[in-house]
Amino acid sequence: MVAITREQVEHVADLARLSLTPEEAERLTEQLNQILAFAHKLNELDTSGVEPTSHVLPLANVMRDDEVRPSIPREEALKNAPDHADGLFRVPKAIEG
Amino acid sequence: MNFETVIGLEVHVELATKSKIFCGCSTAFGAPPNTNVCPVCLGHPGVLPVLNRQAVEYAMKAALALNCEIAEVCKFDRKNYFYPDLPKAYQISQYDQPLAKNGWVDIEVGGRKKRVGIARLHLEEDAGKSFHAEGGHHTLVDFNRVGVPLIEIVTEPDLRSPEEARIFLETLRLILLYTGVSDVKMEEGSLRCDANISLRPVGADAFGTKTELKNLNSFRFVQKGLEYEERRQREILTAGGVVEQETRRWDEQKEITVPMRGKEEAHDYRYFPEPDLVRLVIDRAWVEQVKAELPELPDARRERYMRDYGLSAYDAGVLTASKDLSDYYEKVVEHCRDPKAAANWVMVELMGHVNAQGIEVRDVKLSPANLGKLITLIHKGTISGKIAKEIFKELLETDRDPEAIVQEKGLVQIADPEALRPIVLQVLDANAQSVLDYKNGKDRALGFLVGQVMKATKGKANPELVNRLLLEEIAVR
Repeated sequence: MVAITREQVEHVADLARLSLTPEEAERLTEQLNQILAFAHKLNELDTSGVEPTSHVLPLANVMRDDEVRPSIPREEALKNAPDHADGLFRVPKAIEG
Repeated sequence: MNFETVIGLEVHVELATKSKIFCGCSTAFGAPPNTNVCPVCLGHPGVLPVLNRQAVEYAMKAALALNCEIAEVCKFDRKNYFYPDLPKAYQISQYDQPLAKNGWVDIEVGGRKKRVGIARLHLEEDAGKSFHAEGGHHTLVDFNRVGVPLIEIVTEPDLRSPEEARIFLETLRLILLYTGVSDVKMEEGSLRCDANISLRPVGADAFGTKTELKNLNSFRFVQKGLEYEERRQREILTAGGVVEQETRRWDEQKEITVPMRGKEEAHDYRYFPEPDLVRLVIDRAWVEQVKAELPELPDARRERYMRDYGLSAYDAGVLTASKDLSDYYEKVVEHCRDPKAAANWVMVELMGHVNAQGIEVRDVKLSPANLGKLITLIHKGTISGKIAKEIFKELLETDRDPEAIVQEKGLVQIADPEALRPIVLQVLDANAQSVLDYKNGKDRALGFLVGQVMKATKGKANPELVNRLLLEEIAVR
């Protein structure tokens, strides 16, 4: 079984915008490896003839008609925002490129 | 060394549904910021997306028009990344099971036909719009566009020049416009294009290192941006350098491409199946039903105009280059049964008016039925072409029945030789010098005399008859 490295944990934490202390990174590496080892038990089964499951419900094609429903008032939408201006959500500068 | 350019495009197209893909908010363009939003598209905790059936059918329609195979089963996935225009911090998209794949589009480059492969077409939701004030410390975000249904169309790396890329995009736009699945307006962002471009030595099988171009906001920028990038890569390779794999942005002010920074990890999207949406199963019956709704596409229409209407390839191309224009033209033909005359009137007079006024074909007041009737009046000899042009001007304003205008104003063409002969004689008497000039070999003098007769009849004389009578009468002088 391939073990999860501390670098991987730090990388994933970074992608998820989580900042970990060295102790946390260490502890999570250990715990994630324990979880994976537990899940690894499943590999004992031969699943070569089984289609991957993408959803646990035996349902398909749950859809709605193309009808416009009322949106919420803008004041409501902005209520949860830490900051807003001129009806727009205001966030720290994010420049692409 | 000679290089071959290899280009592939990724095109995003907003679908013309009334409501968003996973909630009932309106998709109307240009609404005040953050007024078409709800807990679902804002990504509030505990909400559930419900798929819009119309979005699926539009995507199927586009896929069929692009000759794709539609998957019998597909699913949605979460594409995870942080950006302020994405409130859930993931975009619902399709990863390993796209709605459709393996299609193609035929384009025409320099008179030759070329087939461009479509690798895949999938459904996803659009992100919001962010505004970065110059020199400011904040980004402002409008979430109205979040959740507008998109299809992403990915081509095979089949394009070999920036020009081919532009022509492909124009052809794709026209096809989608005909299907009615989108208004495909690049200037409003309902059609957006990213491009991958690389160079390789002529004859090589392996692709060179590619760069990805973004911010190509018009057909012209697609071509210009790619031309710049083609030149830049060729210079690097010719100097023995190495092209760096990166994403570059087209700077339309400076007309160059510049690298986009800080995105090294951006491609680690950690896709996983969207647990809030169940699978989509598309059976043959559904595909057939959508296929039956597909309208005639531009290529088929152009060929029909050449075959059934006897139009030149050029005229057929001009008329089918816009669906509105082409639909208008067909209705004119229905009302006059003279496809060639109708083509001339639509392409010259009608388009002249549209271009001069800076309006769209759909804004023209004159109905195709009345234009068809006007052409019929010329065809039957009731009015002259000159009078017709004057009536046309009035029709553009009033859209009245042209026959009523002709009766009301007494514009019926003078086609009776005996009614016209006295006027011809008068003109000849009054212009003895021109008669002499004509006899001395000045052909232009005849044109002057025709003009005088037309003037005397206020344009109502049949020009061929005027010509004939003038020649007859000059001969006996």
